Amino acid sequence: MALTYDVIIIGAGPAGLAAAIEAKKTGAQRVLIIERNNEPGGILTQCIHNGFGSVIFKKDLPGPSYAHNFITQAREVEIEMLFDTMVIDITPNRSIYATSKNGFMEFQAGAIVLAMGCRERTRSQIRIPGTRPAGVFTAGMVQRMVNIENLMPGKNFVILGSGDIGMIMARRLTLEGANVIKVVELMPYLTGLRRNYVQCLQDFNIPLELSTTIKTINGNNRVESVETLKVDESLKQIPGTEQIIPCDSVLLSVGLIPENELSKKAGVILDPLTGGPEVDEKMATNIPGIFAAGNAVTIYDLVDYVSEAGFTAGRNAALFASGNTISPADTIKILPGENVRTVVPQAINKQLSGNQVLIELRVTKDFPSPVKIELTDGDNVVLAFREKYARPAEMITLKINPELFMEKTAGISGALKVRAL
Amino acid sequence: MKTNYDVIIIGSGIVGSLIARYLSRYELSVLVVEKQADVGMCPSSANSAIIHAGYDPKPGSVKAAMNAEGNKIWHTLAPELGIMHKKTGSCVAALGEEELPVLNELLENGKANKIPGLEIISGKDFIKKEPLINPLVSGVLWAPTAMVIDPFGAVLAAAENAVTNGVEYLFETEFTGFIFNDNTITGIHTNKGDFSCRWAINAAGLYSDEVAHKAGIRKGFKIIPRKGGYLVFDAAKFQINNVLFPVPSGLGKGTLVSVTTHGNILIGPDNEPASGKEDTSTTASGMAAIISGAKKLIPTIDERNAIAMYEGIRAKGNGDRDFIIERPDEINAFINICGIESPGFASAPAIALKAVELMKEGGENFKDKKSWNPVRKPFPHFHRMNMEEKAALVKQNPAYGRIVCRCEEVTEGEIIDAIHSPIPARTYDGIKRRTWLGTGRCQGAFDYPRVIQILARELGIDETEVTKKGKGSELAFRRTKWL
Ligand SMILES: Cc1cc2nc3c(=O)[nH]c(=O)nc-3n(C[C@H](O)[C@H](O)[C@H](O)COP(=O)(O)OP(=O)(O)OC[C@H]3O[C@@H](n4cnc5c(N)ncnc54)[C@H](O)[C@@H]3O)c2cc1C
Ligand SMILES: Cc1cc2nc3c(=O)[nH]c(=O)nc-3n(C[C@H](O)[C@H](O)[C@H](O)COP(=O)(O)OP(=O)(O)OC[C@H]3O[C@@H](n4cnc5c(N)ncnc54)[C@H](O)[C@@H]3O)c2cc1C
Repeated sequence: MALTYDVIIIGAGPAGLAAAIEAKKTGAQRVLIIERNNEPGGILTQCIHNGFGSVIFKKDLPGPSYAHNFITQAREVEIEMLFDTMVIDITPNRSIYATSKNGFMEFQAGAIVLAMGCRERTRSQIRIPGTRPAGVFTAGMVQRMVNIENLMPGKNFVILGSGDIGMIMARRLTLEGANVIKVVELMPYLTGLRRNYVQCLQDFNIPLELSTTIKTINGNNRVESVETLKVDESLKQIPGTEQIIPCDSVLLSVGLIPENELSKKAGVILDPLTGGPEVDEKMATNIPGIFAAGNAVTIYDLVDYVSEAGFTAGRNAALFASGNTISPADTIKILPGENVRTVVPQAINKQLSGNQVLIELRVTKDFPSPVKIELTDGDNVVLAFREKYARPAEMITLKINPELFMEKTAGISGALKVRAL
Repeated sequence: MKTNYDVIIIGSGIVGSLIARYLSRYELSVLVVEKQADVGMCPSSANSAIIHAGYDPKPGSVKAAMNAEGNKIWHTLAPELGIMHKKTGSCVAALGEEELPVLNELLENGKANKIPGLEIISGKDFIKKEPLINPLVSGVLWAPTAMVIDPFGAVLAAAENAVTNGVEYLFETEFTGFIFNDNTITGIHTNKGDFSCRWAINAAGLYSDEVAHKAGIRKGFKIIPRKGGYLVFDAAKFQINNVLFPVPSGLGKGTLVSVTTHGNILIGPDNEPASGKEDTSTTASGMAAIISGAKKLIPTIDERNAIAMYEGIRAKGNGDRDFIIERPDEINAFINICGIESPGFASAPAIALKAVELMKEGGENFKDKKSWNPVRKPFPHFHRMNMEEKAALVKQNPAYGRIVCRCEEVTEGEIIDAIHSPIPARTYDGIKRRTWLGTGRCQGAFDYPRVIQILARELGIDETEVTKKGKGSELAFRRTKWL
């Protein structure tokens, strides 16, 4: 027999917790979070470094403290949570199948919020040739081993990728007594946040080599060395620049991919650019009653905006579950234009109510000096914003007043493009 | 420790393990010595996984006979041993008019080898069956009896069934030489000590030349290792329905694109020189060759969707490259099996039965074992069950309710089964090969810490002693500072 809930949230990370709290506040009676880990908090439970909460709490918190705030709130408003429980299937009519040591379960939800977070890109996906020894890890995996399992996976590390997790782990491993030989990055620029470069690499004298990649991994049982190699502007390898670096571990920090196997099973349409569901400003997917938020939608760099998206998804899920939803009105598609890689949401309803509309975007290249971000309908600029600078590594959040948006887009029937100039 | 056996088999690849399985039906004490930490490490678990129909070996060769017979046996053996397999058939696709004549040659060759059901299908008809095929396809040789198999699963199944029926396996036990009494083999030397036997069988695969030399025979025979690498694709990213070969070239069967028993897509192999018999390193040039080769058949393949890569080593002999399966005249009590390259997997059951036959001819008097059970039941596989079956399984044992590997939905119960099976998994890779854990999109990023915990608990060792693939491949070397 299926257990019935108003709103069921998959994933107890910051997105899922925020969604649950807001769903309850909006009036949903029975709200459940299903989480495959043995505790709530998502990826934050292993992010013991500072840097969380600057927008929402105006504080510089470690990940677990940021999560704790939400977990406490969730307990206060009596959100039900199931841990060590994995959702394995969702249907378009909102049946959910999950399994745990307590048994195999079937649920029926009035609305669903997908908040499964992301997974890491792996060695095979970037096809680093060589042998297959122990000692090749993804950064998040090592973060979990070190910060949660208390296991040190190596002594001498080479890190591939200058993403935030890679840099944060460079510092963490150094503090734990490991030797981080260097960080190598394929692109000619840093792919993570500047502040992490300063605080995690510079302050610990860890060299960063740009335009460099790992050509092969060597070693039979355990990694014995890697061979690095320079690449040119078009990322082509430059022969003759090979260098052998003895080490016992390789840490890969080469990107995150939104986790959406379940979304696909439910028939949710994914945006090939973000890898996450296409959503509107309500965080609603194409399947009625299925909403999504957080890293499952697009990879965020600040958790505060993950929580914001969670609030939005939770509120609208509760409204949908109670039948208080405006029937799907006309939407305007939002597409990436010149110099923009991804945009979320991918559509905005023409009829908006109350809440600020957030548009999250990433640019394709560095803009060191002030940059204009414009929404255009082909020829005309509909809305314009200014940013001090723009970098591919840093997501830009545009906050738009709903009245203003409706006014400016009143006569528009086609799509809006977002561009950076 | 027992040191005296009726039969000692050197090597636990598919050939050694099937010999063990067929011998387990008789009243004999049988020992398999394997230098690796697990059965079927390479190449028996790193190959194209095709049970070839048998149309291409040279008519009259040992290969041709073994392949035809082996294929026939696999059709009943795979279900009997609970081995994952798919009766797919296979196709050789000719591109353009100029490749068409090769199909006729293969068809004729196949008829001479008495392979059932072969036919040539027109390109037009085939596109309907396989829409992603290169539109230049002009014709296809269809071989209905070919199938795909789970290669490691097959070796494991044979070995488990042998052990259940009384055969013993010793791992990390390397054969180093024979003990002779005149020209009769009476035992072997290993790194773990000497063992005596009435029969010794060389099933050492890549090293079968060296074992034969130690027996004093086949001095001129030498195995030249060559690499064959593969890329595995997430089945969600592109779908084909068949096993597709290009027309063969001088180098071999060419780069295939194939479904696997597990639902992924396999492309490969390349054909690069190996620096030694253990050189399973992948190379950028090899992978580029695989991708461009596979794109000839399926032009829309996108290499960014590859989820895994691996390399196998071919045991290419230096002579006429026919299989050697013999009871040499000059030595007593020895069965010598050498040069088992492709289609060695397809041929393996026939090769194993031939070995038993040679023992019989050599005077061995086989007595049936009353308790022999030819059937092996595989452990439950959560991922492949429907919802009702899953619910029932979790009810029966809650450990099957806890999913450890998210992509492949492998449960704690399955990991525990693997650790306590007749051929126990003792390493991360051992569990991976048995359960498919860590073989999906995330390649283990999620499961590693959890598997370390389970292995440590079940084996009664510390987490820092858990290895990826045996001693020297520990996954963590100490605790963090403050605990
Ligand atoms: C190493 C690292 C450092 C970071 N540093 C900072 C920083 O300094 N400042 C900052 O603001 N942000 C930082 N971030 C970003 C921030 O942590 C993430 O954006 C945020 O955690 C994403 O939240 P989420 O809820 O979308 O996903 P997650 O936190 O990943 O939560 C998803 C949850 O869903 C669960 N789940 C998934 N699938 C299923 C299923 N099938 N069944 C049940 N449960 C499931 C998962 O177990 C997980 O708990 C960092 C991220 C990382 C990885
Ligand atoms: C790239 C590639 C693709 C292939 N594709 C196919 C295909 O699609 N279909 C097909 O039918 N065939 C195929 N083959 C061939 C097939 O894989 C082999 O013929 C078959 O696996 C050989 O099995 P084996 O048991 O003889 O040898 P092996 O698998 O080599 O087993 C020998 C065992 O002996 C052990 N050993 C060696 N020396 C010692 C020692 N001194 N002491 C103790 N143990 C020792 C080894 O560790 C090993 O486990 C392919 C091969 C390759 C390389």
